[in-house]
Amino acid sequence: MISESVVDLSRFQFAMTAMYHFLFVPLTLGLAFILAIMETTYVISGKEIYKDMTKFWGKLFGINFALGVTTGLTMEFQFGTNWAYYSHYVGDIFGAPLAIEGLMAFFLESTFIGLFFFGWDRLSKVQHLGVTWLVAIGSNMSALWILIANGWMQNPVGAAFNYETMRMELVDFGALIFNPVAQVKFVHTVSAGYVTGAIFVLAISSYYLLKKRDLPFARRSFAIAAIFGLASTLSVILLGDESGYELGDVQKTKLAAIEAEWHTEPAPAAFTLFGIPNQAEMRTDYAIKIPYVMGIIATRSTDKQVTGLHDLMKEHEVRIRNGMVAYSELEKLRAGDRSPELLASFEQNQKDLGYGLLLKKYTPNVVDATEAHIQAATKDTIPNVAALFFSFRAMVASGFLMLLLFILATWAVAKRNAENKPWLLKFALFALPLPWIAAQTGWYVAEGGRQPWSIGEILPTHLSASSVSAGDVWGSIIALAAFYTVLLIIEMYLMIKFARLGPSSLHTGKYHFEKLAANTKEAQS
Amino acid sequence: MIEYELLKIIWWVLVGVLLIGFALTDGFDMGSMALMPFVGKTDSERRAAINTIAPHWDGNQVWFITAGGALFAAWPMVYAVAFSGMYWALLLVLFALFLRPVGFDYRSKLENTQWRNSWDWGLCIGGAVPALVFGVAFGNLFLGVPFTLDETLRSQYTGSFFALLNPFALICGLVSLSMLSAHGGAWLMLRTDGDLHNRSAKATQIMAIVFLVCFLAAGAWLFFGNISGYSYAVAVDTNAALNPLAKDVVTNANHGWLNNYSTYPITMAAPIAAILGALLVIISAAKHKAAASFTGTSLMIVGAILTAGFSLFPFLLPSSIDPTSSLTMWDAVSSHKTLGVMTVAACIFVPIILIYTSWSYYKMWGVITNKHIEENSHSLY
Repeated sequence: MISESVVDLSRFQFAMTAMYHFLFVPLTLGLAFILAIMETTYVISGKEIYKDMTKFWGKLFGINFALGVTTGLTMEFQFGTNWAYYSHYVGDIFGAPLAIEGLMAFFLESTFIGLFFFGWDRLSKVQHLGVTWLVAIGSNMSALWILIANGWMQNPVGAAFNYETMRMELVDFGALIFNPVAQVKFVHTVSAGYVTGAIFVLAISSYYLLKKRDLPFARRSFAIAAIFGLASTLSVILLGDESGYELGDVQKTKLAAIEAEWHTEPAPAAFTLFGIPNQAEMRTDYAIKIPYVMGIIATRSTDKQVTGLHDLMKEHEVRIRNGMVAYSELEKLRAGDRSPELLASFEQNQKDLGYGLLLKKYTPNVVDATEAHIQAATKDTIPNVAALFFSFRAMVASGFLMLLLFILATWAVAKRNAENKPWLLKFALFALPLPWIAAQTGWYVAEGGRQPWSIGEILPTHLSASSVSAGDVWGSIIALAAFYTVLLIIEMYLMIKFARLGPSSLHTGKYHFEKLAANTKEAQS
Repeated sequence: MIEYELLKIIWWVLVGVLLIGFALTDGFDMGSMALMPFVGKTDSERRAAINTIAPHWDGNQVWFITAGGALFAAWPMVYAVAFSGMYWALLLVLFALFLRPVGFDYRSKLENTQWRNSWDWGLCIGGAVPALVFGVAFGNLFLGVPFTLDETLRSQYTGSFFALLNPFALICGLVSLSMLSAHGGAWLMLRTDGDLHNRSAKATQIMAIVFLVCFLAAGAWLFFGNISGYSYAVAVDTNAALNPLAKDVVTNANHGWLNNYSTYPITMAAPIAAILGALLVIISAAKHKAAASFTGTSLMIVGAILTAGFSLFPFLLPSSIDPTSSLTMWDAVSSHKTLGVMTVAACIFVPIILIYTSWSYYKMWGVITNKHIEENSHSLY
């Protein structure tokens, strides 16, 4: 049996590296499209300033992209190093989208990014524009495939257990790709990336406007960011992935936990605006509720119920008991018994095998679990409600603040008076962290809400870890944290340096600091 | 649908293709950076070396990433056992690779000499360490790695990082390091001029000699040393879905890894290609013939990787402490369905990738001179 500390440490390491990776990914997703829009404007209008915009924001894109690539490497190899049993158990399904991601998306994005940076003098205008679009499309396609893989962890469709090879195997590739959970996650995640790119450009442009320098450059960047950001924020909010929460038990449990709905309420359920979830007593203290709203958001109807955690746990307990039967049948199959009755019965019960495996945390043999073990395992089937409840609300609050910002910014663009509204520019500047807060809390909701499963209803997280020692994982956590911290400091230093310098960093001679230097020189001579 | 057995063979070939693709492309990125601090004396020379690969290193690195993804998808057990077992070796590769994307992009963004020197050594490590570790890992495959599988197919690895650093594996590490360095040197010969070109030619020649000596030494060790080869005791139904534990494996200390060459003499072409490639490099680098040297290093790479593959076939990950747990391309493989889907994806995308990758090289081709670097100081790496 794997020690609990290895499991916890491995989870911590995965969360740390994934969240760190996702500091850079959304900006890449969004900025790539903004670059493509800017360059398209350049090619159509022929105005050099749009070329300069593409190049300057491209420079910042490059600084961010380098760390995205670096930290992405860790993600791909970590399944093998730290989640070896997971890799064996579901690699047949989970590996395919990762491999296809490489073939279809990474090659495209990575080959053309080189031409984006170094091909300005080697390619025709239209060729270079095509390259920029391919970078944007490539990065978004990689998001598609990784979210197909992630969507399958949440709602594992199109696969079946094979007792000969002791693992899950693919039966329906179409179901894997068109998994509705994956589809809503994809739209939600890439839109969130676009918002991140838009806030980034909006905030830094506002800084130039506040400093009253490079105004034509900043004004145009601000306008593109404002409009692109408004459309993207609406898309994130309207296509928020709540619509996916009806599917599969894990998603249902996650929804109930997010909303701290302990007991099933008559439809349509009330929405808890605020409160303090109390997991031990299974109630929410100091709750402020808005009637009907949650039922309507979650089920898109007024008559469907949202199942509460109490009822879900009752269902889970039944499935755990049935999972014990499935497990004992698997033991017989493994011992060589192939009687038709056994096979037929296992066929019936194997859907609960994963629930049986939850007991492995308490007793390696599963079949000899005591009543106390079953109760403990049932309790485990509910994620940490308070953490989900607050993370979700932080995400939504950030989202609506950004929506407000983009509405105001777009209005100012239409009125052509953004420069005269220092309060708006300051709002934009200080809104810079919001998309990152939303993305990080959002991922916590998605993945923390999946617990105790690594693959929903199939493979418990605590069985997924590698048979490595706690010392090894401690070592890698410390090494990764140290390395990542140094890299982050360097990245932030360069990013701030070049953002402050602005388009003068292009050395075209047209922008603020260079003009300033030229003027000083003239005055001196 | 294609027979399962044939798909298993196709994926053995395709993983080989990805590994060779990686070594041929990212190989010269790693090799040229491993040599860069030594062959580039001035900042402009070092920048010239870096800018020969600037537009391509990221695309090339995807061969490595895709090979990792393909390993996960096609041989999940191998991915799981090798990566969790050789935990610190893999992390070492990762940490070295971290230095590359940031090194390339950040190095020339500041004028400070110390900053740039530090990144130059970072890029050197980012090239040399993975090249060395890959070879060491392959060397350990020949010796077998200490792992067992329990009946739920959970693997338990009992070795340590330092046990990987045994003499035979280190020779294999030198094979791989010198091979990729020679390839990187030949690349620099193709794409640079002046002193940098001349020093690269010298380095390429030295690396090819080291490669030849170490490659022959490793072969001699397999032939004369008592390294056990592995084989099936009883033939299995290679067309079936197999549990790795359902087989009998015997080991044979009498140059057992070389049996495939007597069974299928055509496979001798691989080691011969590697040797001829090395000789071609040694001769043409002396005459400063860049294209011939690069052809030679490419031949070395293809030959050496195929030599390892042919020797081990059908084994992928032999277990030194429990031969039955060894993983082969017949039993550590994904399901029929998954291999089928992935084959379709590979057939569609690999040709497309080759087309646009070639286009990107065609567009960016040319000699990078010091003058070019100085004139485009703010837009180049």
